[in-house]
Amino acid sequence: MKSVSIIGAGPAGIEAAATLAKQGYTVAVFEKSSSPLKNIADKAFLFPNFASAADIVELMNKKLLNQNITMHNDTEIVDMKREGQGWKIVDSKGSSFYSDYVVMATGYTPFDAHRKEELGYGIYGGVVTSLEMEKMIRYNQIVNSLGEKPKRIVFLQCVGSRDEKSGNHYCSKVCCVTAVKQAIEIKRQLPDVEAYVFYMDLRMWGQHFEELYRQSQQEYGVRYVRGRISEASGTFDGRVQIKAEDTLMGLPLKMTTDLLVLMVGMEASEGTRCLAKACGICGDYGFAQSVDPHLGDCLTDQQNLFICGACKRPMSINDAVNDGRSAAIAIMQNE
Amino acid sequence: MSWLFIVFVIVYWIGAIGLLVWSVFKPLFSVFVLPFVLGVILLLFFSIVKYWRWIHSFDKLQRAIIRKNIWSWRFLPAIWEAFREGLLHWRITKKNLLLGYMHRSLAFGWFLLIVVGAVQARLAFPDGHPFWVAIFFNYFELDVDLSAFKHADLFANLMDALLIYVLSGLFLAMFKKVWSRPMGMRRTTRHTLMDRVAKLSLWCIFPLRLLSEGVTSSLFGNGGFLIKPFGNLIYTIGLSNQAFEYTCWTLYSVALGAFFCLMPFSRYMHIFTEVFLIYFRNLGVRDSDKKTGYTMFELSACSRCGICIDGCPMNRELGIVNMQGVYMLQSVRNLELQKNAEPIAENCLMCDRCVADCPVNIDLSVVRRQVRIKNKKAIDAKGGYGYLRDVQPFNSIGRVAYFGGCMSHLTPGITKSMEAIFNAAGQKYWFMDRDESICCGRPLLQQGFENQAFELRRKNTELILNSKATMLITSCPICYQAFKKEYKLPIPVMHHTEYIDMLIKSGRIKLRKDDRKVTYHDPCELGRGCGIYDEPRSILKATTTLLKTKEEREHSLCCGFNLGNPLLDIDQQTKIRNAARDNLLAPHPDSIATACPMCKKAFTRADNVPVKDIAEIVAENIIVTNRS
Repeated sequence: MKSVSIIGAGPAGIEAAATLAKQGYTVAVFEKSSSPLKNIADKAFLFPNFASAADIVELMNKKLLNQNITMHNDTEIVDMKREGQGWKIVDSKGSSFYSDYVVMATGYTPFDAHRKEELGYGIYGGVVTSLEMEKMIRYNQIVNSLGEKPKRIVFLQCVGSRDEKSGNHYCSKVCCVTAVKQAIEIKRQLPDVEAYVFYMDLRMWGQHFEELYRQSQQEYGVRYVRGRISEASGTFDGRVQIKAEDTLMGLPLKMTTDLLVLMVGMEASEGTRCLAKACGICGDYGFAQSVDPHLGDCLTDQQNLFICGACKRPMSINDAVNDGRSAAIAIMQNE
Repeated sequence: MSWLFIVFVIVYWIGAIGLLVWSVFKPLFSVFVLPFVLGVILLLFFSIVKYWRWIHSFDKLQRAIIRKNIWSWRFLPAIWEAFREGLLHWRITKKNLLLGYMHRSLAFGWFLLIVVGAVQARLAFPDGHPFWVAIFFNYFELDVDLSAFKHADLFANLMDALLIYVLSGLFLAMFKKVWSRPMGMRRTTRHTLMDRVAKLSLWCIFPLRLLSEGVTSSLFGNGGFLIKPFGNLIYTIGLSNQAFEYTCWTLYSVALGAFFCLMPFSRYMHIFTEVFLIYFRNLGVRDSDKKTGYTMFELSACSRCGICIDGCPMNRELGIVNMQGVYMLQSVRNLELQKNAEPIAENCLMCDRCVADCPVNIDLSVVRRQVRIKNKKAIDAKGGYGYLRDVQPFNSIGRVAYFGGCMSHLTPGITKSMEAIFNAAGQKYWFMDRDESICCGRPLLQQGFENQAFELRRKNTELILNSKATMLITSCPICYQAFKKEYKLPIPVMHHTEYIDMLIKSGRIKLRKDDRKVTYHDPCELGRGCGIYDEPRSILKATTTLLKTKEEREHSLCCGFNLGNPLLDIDQQTKIRNAARDNLLAPHPDSIATACPMCKKAFTRADNVPVKDIAEIVAENIIVTNRS
């Protein structure tokens, strides 16, 4: 049976591996970190149904327990070359692996909030990213910079996405609903907290998202302000003062908050950038480029090279899983 | 202008009639000198009228400065500078040896030709002679064995040597027209028709002089080591006849006359004007926010050499070559090009790179700002700052005032580090724009909003004076330049790099040296704007390993994201930024250091570039001691 190398053990990579292994392919999965599903590991619940992330991780890890799958943790693939009909991939230590097919599932990396210095990330203790907030929710430790229970939490959408100045013109797709979800979770844990979401538009594109958004307002009293936060500064008591404009009211406003949560967008991961360049499938903003968004979304210009998941564009977990399966099926059809 | 024309016609005819009368009574005249003489009259007339009008339109302050300093010793450096720049072209030589040689041979060589020629004529005709004799000397002095006066042969040879000197420069100028790269210029100026005609007549002068003297020599055998053999050659060819001689001298005179006629209306007006400009500048006169007579001197002192084009980031990165200093001055000076002045003035980063490069030291940014101010007059309304009333000063006796500036609020890492540094040095301070930030006004002024900037300046001045703070420290070079130059504050103003350097040197803070390697980006407003180059470097050397970059100090590249140019889009800004970034990353530093929040933001926007302000590097490396 033919062999497949899958680069990246995220939801897309694992789903592709499991599907192919069931069909009898010899699958090798390469993961640069020490265990699979690093990006989901610290998540609390997943939208839209508040499924426990821990359960999902467990179920997906189980899928990897197949005799046809070899897992290579701590193996960072840095280069790949065509060799005959197949591909030779090379890791950072110099060892190379040969396979008939390669599936690139190298995924995304969260936007580095330090790059938006005006928002004070890394400077004021009260400014956190959405990933850190997710961790706080998961481990039930929602505290401000002094370790106390917060009274007010402000979410800011579109940090590093839809932002000309940081060079990312695209929408990261998942942040809108993530803020809605996180606000609800916070309200469930700490009903007294005031939660504000500053947004440009709220894009409730998926099933149940709109309902979730309405629910957050009607049942949980989350407040939504249309406008961007221009700058954040620290106060003497360790809180964060924000300056923003409410564009529906047409007024500038100042607000002091215990926590400012930056909803960071998705960027192409280092692995995505590097491998897309190595095999000549560079798309916009460092992501990898598929042949056709409708009918060939897992195919690339290169023969026997397939791509799936967030290495193509920002993608939610369920979409990535489906996309991984699509890539697996594309390989089977390739026979 | 019509009265001027009438006066000119009268003077011209008086001159012409006077000449004819002269020719009847005096020898040493030939009709071919007329174009030259009339050219000189015209040149003198228009130069005097122009200079007279410009000097009379200096503004009050400029006049007061001239009146105060006119009898001071300041004329001495002015004479030296005029000699060094007007004749030797020192600054151009520093840029490129060949280019300097070219300008020097034309200017200094011609000057010597005139001076030595005058002495020669004086010696040859001790009883006096009309002034054109010096110019057409070989025609009038036909001494063959060079014994008419003492050292006649020496002078003949000297004049020949000088002619070769000038011709060598002319040859280089022609060469530059074809290929300017070896002269250190990638691009040269696109000239107007008038300038091109003037240049053509200038280029004709010296070859025609050589030819005329050669033909005369072929007939009479006079001249020095160059002219004599050249005369022999002409004799051999068979061109030695008097009709040809007369034609040559006439053409030479016409070329001179044409050049002099065109001079006041072309770029060659810079030859005299630069001397005046140097003199006024040495007296202490500076350009103001409105177009004055001094501005007119600056406009005319521009030789349109185009040295400002090569360094300009708009040219280097974006290929925009219609808005550099030379074109801006041209559009302000030429009536028919004045409609271009507005778009040209707006499309500029105001990074001052051209000011650093200009061999005449014209304050191009101020002239540009004058045009912007004129453009914005209609929309520059006062009274938009009602909220300023509520901002109150803080009693800061014995404290320093710290002004972060708007941009530092977007880079809170800098203000936070500065607070840490103040605390470590035991310095009491008042962070005057911590909550209610007022702009320093300079960004508005740069865009031409004079009145609005004035309003902000007034409020800030009032706040600072009422607070009784002893010193003002700013983190933003834009604010620094504003407080330093545009405000008239009675207390010292320091940029934080100056202040930190002072703290280090006086031992008020102790720093450890870490092992990171940095390159330093000179912010335009701090370096070229205020001349602060050494303090930041001295701090960085004390805390890190400072690597040199290819283009630094005066030649530092603009970060592209400054507030000067409202017309560039983000892609264009990014291109300019990337050029500056590549220059800084070339020596492979661990991080880029800068001293301007704007530059810091510009570089931070490029991904994967660690950027630190000097204040942040210092704050990270402070050794905390227990101060009482």
